[in-house]
Amino acid sequence: MGTSAIIFYTIATIMIVFSLLAVTSRKILRAAVYLLFALGGTAAVYFMVNYFFLAAVQLIVYAGGIVVLIIFSILLTSHIEEKMQKPDSWKIILTSILGLGGTTLCLYVITNHLFASQPSTGVEATMTTIGEKLLGYREGGYVLPFEVISILLLAAMIGAIVVAKRNKPEGNG
Amino acid sequence: MEFQYTIWIVALPLLAFLINGLGSGKLPGKISGWIATIAIGISTFLSYQTAFQYFSSPSRDKIIAFKTTWLRFNDTLHIDLGVLLDPISVMMLVVITTISLMVFLYSQGYMKNEKGYDRYFAFLSLFSFSMLGLVVATNLFQMYMFWELVGVSSYLLIGFYYDKSSAVAASKKAFIVTRFADLGFLIGILMVSFYTGTFDFEILTNPDNLSFSTTASFLGLSTITWALLLIFMGGAGKSAMFPLHIWLPDAMEGPTPVSALIHAATMVVAGVFLVARLFPLYHAFAPTALEVVAFVGAFTTLFAALIACTQYDIKRVLAFSTMSQIGYMMLALGVSGYGGEEGLGYTASLFHLFTHAFFKALLFLGAGAIIHAVHSNDIREMGGLRKYQPITHLLFLIACLAIAGIPPFSGFFSKDEILAATFATHPIYFGIAVAVAGLTAFYMFRLYFIVFWGKEKTYDHTPHEAPTIMLLPMIVLAVGSVLTGFIPFGHFISSDGQSLDLHINWSVAITSVAIAFAGIVVAWKFYKTESDSSDKVARSFGSVYTSALNKFYIDEIYILITKGIVFRLIAQPLAWFDRNIIDAFMNLLAAITNWISSQIKEFQSGQVQKYAFIFISGVLIIVLSFIYATQ
Amino acid sequence: MVEQVPLNHALIITTLMFFIGVYGFLTRKNLITMLISVEIMLNAVNLNFVFFDHYLFPGKLEGHFFSLFIIAIAAAEAAVAIAIFINLYRNIRSIDVEQVDKMKY
Repeated sequence: MGTSAIIFYTIATIMIVFSLLAVTSRKILRAAVYLLFALGGTAAVYFMVNYFFLAAVQLIVYAGGIVVLIIFSILLTSHIEEKMQKPDSWKIILTSILGLGGTTLCLYVITNHLFASQPSTGVEATMTTIGEKLLGYREGGYVLPFEVISILLLAAMIGAIVVAKRNKPEGNG
Repeated sequence: MEFQYTIWIVALPLLAFLINGLGSGKLPGKISGWIATIAIGISTFLSYQTAFQYFSSPSRDKIIAFKTTWLRFNDTLHIDLGVLLDPISVMMLVVITTISLMVFLYSQGYMKNEKGYDRYFAFLSLFSFSMLGLVVATNLFQMYMFWELVGVSSYLLIGFYYDKSSAVAASKKAFIVTRFADLGFLIGILMVSFYTGTFDFEILTNPDNLSFSTTASFLGLSTITWALLLIFMGGAGKSAMFPLHIWLPDAMEGPTPVSALIHAATMVVAGVFLVARLFPLYHAFAPTALEVVAFVGAFTTLFAALIACTQYDIKRVLAFSTMSQIGYMMLALGVSGYGGEEGLGYTASLFHLFTHAFFKALLFLGAGAIIHAVHSNDIREMGGLRKYQPITHLLFLIACLAIAGIPPFSGFFSKDEILAATFATHPIYFGIAVAVAGLTAFYMFRLYFIVFWGKEKTYDHTPHEAPTIMLLPMIVLAVGSVLTGFIPFGHFISSDGQSLDLHINWSVAITSVAIAFAGIVVAWKFYKTESDSSDKVARSFGSVYTSALNKFYIDEIYILITKGIVFRLIAQPLAWFDRNIIDAFMNLLAAITNWISSQIKEFQSGQVQKYAFIFISGVLIIVLSFIYATQ
Repeated sequence: MVEQVPLNHALIITTLMFFIGVYGFLTRKNLITMLISVEIMLNAVNLNFVFFDHYLFPGKLEGHFFSLFIIAIAAAEAAVAIAIFINLYRNIRSIDVEQVDKMKY
C-alpha cells in the first residue's frame, strides 16, 4: 500500500466520520463545523487528483461561503446551546433501513462491475486549460452552461433578497 | 303606414315602468306617479286618435301598423312582434287606456301614504304595457308572451303588500292557477301552429283559406276542437271561469285600484278577448268548443251570482259579480253565430265587455273610496254612509243601476243584447241569463243598501268623502257608465266586419228590466233597514245558503284533490322514491368517495420528509427492478 | 493514486457519504441541519463525478466542470434556502420541518 493510498483512506475515514457526526450531532453549531471538516476532506481529495482549481473553489465557496452562511442563519434562528430533540425512533429505524438498503444496492452494483481504468494521460487541469474550456464555444467548451449559471446566480441573488426582505408594514421580527 | 304611431301606445307605459322601476327609491317625492300617469295619458290620447282614425274609415280590415320578425322558424312559421289594428283591438285599446288612466289618477290619492309608492306605479305601468301588448298582438305567440307578462304583473300587484301573508298566498294562488290554465293555452297554441303552420292572426281568423292538415281525432273530438278547447282553458283561467275561478276572490288582497284595473276591467276579460279574437276559427272548425264556451259561461254566471248574494266582504262581492258578468260575455260568445244577425252574440259580448269595464271599474273605485274611509272590507261594519260620502254614494248608485241593467244606463243596452242573443238560440241559457240578471240586481243593491243606508255603525273616526283626485276619475267613469250604452256598437264591431244594427228586443228588455226591478225591490225590502227578515230567508234556504256562503266548497275540493290525491298518492311516493332511491344512490357514491378520500388523505400530510422518504424508496425500487430485469 | 486505490473503493466512499446525507435529510427536524445533509449529498455526488473523470476519462475534464457547476448551483441554492428559512422563522417562529405543513391543502 503506497503513501497516497494511506493518505486517501485516512481522508476517506475522516470524511465519513465527520459526515456521520454532521447528521447526528444534537448541537446544531457543531453539526455545521463537522460539515466544514467533511467539505475540507473533499477538498483534500481534489488536491490528490491534481484538481487544484476545483479544490480551491471547494474551499472558498463551500467552506468559506456556504458554511459561513449556514452558521449565520443558525445564529439568527436557533439557540446554539440548546440540544436538538432526538428524532423519533421509528423514523430512525425506517430511514436506516432505507439508507442501508440503498447502500447495499449501490455497493452491490459497484463491486460487481469491473471498471476499465485508464492510465493518466498527463493532461493537467491548469488554469489556462480551465479558462479556455470554460469560455470556449467549440467542442469541449462550456461557455453556454457558464452563462446560464451566471444568470441563475443573479436570479438566486435577487430571489434571496426578495424572500428574506422584511415586509414593510410589520417591522417586528 | 299612417298608424305607425300606435307603437307608442304600447311603448310609453313600458318606458314609465323602466323609469320607475330602475329609479325606484331615487326619484324625488311623488314624481313616479306623475311619470306613470302622464305616460298612460299620452297613450290614452293616442288610442282615441287611433280609434277615431280607424273607425272613421268605412273599411274594417285588419291593419298591421308595425311589425318586426322576432324569431324565424321557416318561411311561414315565424314569431313576430307587432301591432295589429282591427275593431276589437282598437276597442280594447280605448277601454284599457281609459280605465288605466282613471285608475292611475285615482291611485295617486289612494296610495298616497303607502310604502312602495314607486314600486306600485312601476308595476301598474308594467301591467298596462303587457295588457296593451296583448290586445294588439299580431300573432298567437306574441299574445301568449304578453299573456304571461300580464300574469306576472298581476302576481306582483296582488302581492303588493308582501308583508301580509294572506296577500302573498293570494298572489301565489293567482299565479299558479292561471299558470296551470296557461299550460293548456300553450299546448293549444302549439297544436294550432303545428297543423296550420302559422301563428298569424291574419291567416288564422280567415278560415276560408285555412286548412288543417290532419283529420286525427281523440276521444271523439277532432284535433282542432281539442286545440281550441285548450286555448279556451287558458282564457278560462285568466277570466276566472268555473272551475279555474278560485284565484279571483283571493286576488282582492291587492290594493283596490289594482282590483279595479286588473281584476274587473282589463285582465280578466282577456279570456273573452282571446275567444273573440279566434272566434272565426272557433265558429268554422269547432262548434263543439263553442258549446263548451257557452256552457262554462252560463254555469259560471249563475254560480258566481249565487255566491255573490251571500258574501260579506265588499270586494269579494264585486269579484264574484265580475265572474258572473264575464260568464255572461262568454255565454254570448258561445251562442253566437257568424255574420249578420247570427253574429249578434259576438257583438253583444264585446259590447258588454266595453260597458262592464266602465261600471265595474267605477264600482271597485267606489268600494276603494268606502274602504279608504271606513278602513274595513266587511259590509257588516258599514251602514248609513250616504250622509258622509254623498258623492261616492251617487256614483255608486249609478254603477249599481248600470250593472243591474236599468235603462238608460249602459248595462241595460249591452245586457239586453246578450239576452236577445240567447233568446234567439238557446231558451235554457236565456232562462239562466234572466235569472242572473235578477240576482245581479239583488246582490248589487243588497250591497248598496247595506253600505249606504242601513243602520249607522260606530266608526273609529268619522268617515270622510274621498279627495278630489279620487273622485274625479270616478266621475269620469260614471259619465262613461251612463253614456256608453248609446254608442251604436254594432256599427263598429261585429263578427264579420259588416255593420250590424242593434235594436232593442222589447219583450226581452221588458222581462229583464222587470226582473231587475224585482231584484232591487227584494234587496230594498231586506236591507234598507236593519232587520232579520233576510236572515230568515237565508235560513229557509238552509244548505244551499251555507254552501253558497262557502263558495260551494270549490276551494275545499281543490285542496282535497291537490292535497289528498295529487300530493298523497302521487307526489309523496315519488318524493319517497326520489329521496330513498335516487338521492340515496347519489349519497352512496358521495359516501364512497368520502371514505376513499379520507383513506388517502394521509398521503398528503405536508411533511416534506415523508414525501422524500417515499420518493427515495420509489427510486430504489425502480433501480432494483431495472437491475433485476437486465440480468 | 489511480494505481494505488481502485475505483471501486473510491465509489464505496462516495456511496456511504451519499446515504449518510439521505439519512440526515430524512431524520433531522431542523431545516438548517437538513440543508447540511443536502450539502453532504451534493458533495458525495461531486466526488463521484471527479472520480469517474479521473479514472475512466482522464484528460477530458468533464467531471471537473460538472463539479464546478454543481458547486455554483449549490451556492445559489443555499442562499435561497437560507433566505426562505429566515422568512419562515420570522413568520412562524420556528424552522421545524414538521410544522411547515400549511400548504398541504
